[in-house]
Amino acid sequence: MKALLGAVALFAAALIGRPGGVNDAAITGEGYPARLSEFGFFTDLAARMPAQGLFRYDLDTPLFSDYAAKERYIYLPAGARAKYDPDGPLDLPVGAALVKTFGYPVDGRFKPLETRVLLHRAGGWVPIPYVWNAEGSDADIRRAGTRIPVAFVDPSGERHAISYAVPNQNQCKDCHGLAGRVTPIGIKAHYLNHGGQLEKMLAAGMLDRLPPDAPRVARWDDQAAPLDARARAWLEINCAHCHNPRGAASNSGLFLDLARTDPEQRGLFKRPTAAGRGAGTRDFDIVPGVPDASILLYRMESTDPGIAMPELGRATVHKEGVALVRQWIESMPKSAPGR
Amino acid sequence: MLRFCALAAVLLAATPALARDIVVEAGPNAQERLQSALLDARPGDTVRIGAGRFELTDGLSLDVNGVTVRGAGTERTVLSFKGQLGAGEGLLVTSDDVVLRDFAVEDSKGDGIKSKGADRIVYKNVRVEWTGGPKATNGAYGVYPVESEDVLIDGVTVKGASDAGIYVGQSNRIVVRNSTAMYNVAGIEIENSGLAEVTGNLAAHNTGGILVFDLPALPKRGAGYVLVKGNRVVDNDTPNFAPPGNTVATVPTGTGVLVMAENDVSVTGNELSGNGTANIMVVAYRQPFEDKGYDPYPRNIRLAGNKHGRTGFAPAMPGGKELAAALGGTLPPVFWDGTGGDKVRLVGDDGPVLALGLALGAGIETAKPQLIKLDNAAPSPWRTFKLPAAMEAAAK
Repeated sequence: MKALLGAVALFAAALIGRPGGVNDAAITGEGYPARLSEFGFFTDLAARMPAQGLFRYDLDTPLFSDYAAKERYIYLPAGARAKYDPDGPLDLPVGAALVKTFGYPVDGRFKPLETRVLLHRAGGWVPIPYVWNAEGSDADIRRAGTRIPVAFVDPSGERHAISYAVPNQNQCKDCHGLAGRVTPIGIKAHYLNHGGQLEKMLAAGMLDRLPPDAPRVARWDDQAAPLDARARAWLEINCAHCHNPRGAASNSGLFLDLARTDPEQRGLFKRPTAAGRGAGTRDFDIVPGVPDASILLYRMESTDPGIAMPELGRATVHKEGVALVRQWIESMPKSAPGR
Repeated sequence: MLRFCALAAVLLAATPALARDIVVEAGPNAQERLQSALLDARPGDTVRIGAGRFELTDGLSLDVNGVTVRGAGTERTVLSFKGQLGAGEGLLVTSDDVVLRDFAVEDSKGDGIKSKGADRIVYKNVRVEWTGGPKATNGAYGVYPVESEDVLIDGVTVKGASDAGIYVGQSNRIVVRNSTAMYNVAGIEIENSGLAEVTGNLAAHNTGGILVFDLPALPKRGAGYVLVKGNRVVDNDTPNFAPPGNTVATVPTGTGVLVMAENDVSVTGNELSGNGTANIMVVAYRQPFEDKGYDPYPRNIRLAGNKHGRTGFAPAMPGGKELAAALGGTLPPVFWDGTGGDKVRLVGDDGPVLALGLALGAGIETAKPQLIKLDNAAPSPWRTFKLPAAMEAAAK
């Protein structure tokens, strides 16, 4: 009966929903809307003009996704506020959503490939992937994921032709899972705290408070920032959603969150747990001073699915990220494993 | 409308009790159809995979509790990952009370089937194989349950894994039985786990047949009570093809059963032969480690009632050839590094035992080899367990 009522509510909302407004029932309901347009996140979908209540944001140090460009929005229903958290993600109320569109420039214009939505429902966060149609007029649900051939030029000028992977819903959960619950990753104060983003959210009444000492992550490509801070920021956003004690790689014992202090847990002279051939011929995750003896770098430099890390969403090597982590490991004083 | 609603309510109320079959047949677009079925399944449902070859490009995953995934047989339903482009394994299970049975996974780029935090999982009549034979480029583990409570692996076959064929890690209450592991680096491996029964299996033509390990710096330590009983561990003669960085890359070719650093292990009533290094090896963890609470010694190890055939004729560990020469050409069936001395409490009636008297971490050149006879002392108290009845029923 509940499902039926939900369906009726959805139908009614679709009929009477404010023109150009977000369809809150589609976010909080139980179903999986077939098309992105049903949410009303955009007043002009083809131009991706955000509706009221959507706040565009970016991260100082973002996840690498095959050089794709990303347009990210937080949606909060009318009157709702995010709760500030100094460590974890901003606490968004039920009814909120995160909307993230991935694409590449084609003839100088951003062409969307897929839009991933994270919907905060009463039972928790629900991820759904949508894939844009050829005309770019709407995106269709693809719960099981898919692959799309993509050609692009990376920032160094190198051309790539890849099979771009849209994750299936479970794969969304692999990265977003924290102790079995789906959790946002990027909307943490330290990633958002730049360019006046958090101040704007506060001023717009979307954030409950903003302490003056809110943390800020290093920009991974800011040459003026300390190398250690940049490399660890890159590793956190690219790896720590799995490599933390409550994540998908909990059994590995390798934990790459910024707060981690134990050197072995951070990879220094840590032997692989279940890396299999992912370890290559190398003995330790990180050998200080010797990047080419470090498993971490071996896996970052590979695109073989049995070796590559992260396991999902990477068909190319992030050359600039590899260079950063290489420089970081090189900068560590050489030493020997202790007993 | 009112009547319709009432009818719908009755139907809706009734549905949850009705377990559905979701059928997926071989054919085009297998990836999305199969993955969709795994997403659509509800607790109690069975995803029935038809006979035929399913050519897959990405890992599959299941995250719904209480689902059975059932094929038409390990030779009839084949999930081929030869063309896999992404994901670290063929099939990933992250939900509880799942039954996997009667299908095969071939040529995955990473692990074959991984189940993580998947309590009460049953693997029954499943085959995981790398069809090109043993190669360093094969995936690491065949079946790979980790961080799970209650694991049943029954009638499973794994061939060609570049690490361990059947690998159970950081789990409790584990049964591996009536299964076959061939041409892997390690046939069956129980690592950093507690309460395990490895019984009635065949481990042949691996580098090492059955491994029981406790390693440092992992989130969960081994908790012992590992029974290795009534297995055939024969002709483990495949040269070690693990990529050199792995722990199993150090396993000497021709190892039957290897116990490393785990406590409370009983190796009894097995048939062991054709293992060129040793039928049974008991060793401490030899690498440097920083994990403060870690115990590198094996303790309370019982080796009894095993039937030892030909062994020790091609010892592949460092210094093995020289030792064999000194002992008249072959090594005895049981090898102990001697590290830890009396602390280890190695007992039973197997033997003779070659003991090296090595200090922890010391090189083989410091060995003081001697042949010893085990004290057939009473076994130390043992802990037994039973898997939930529903798991046994699912494996019928």
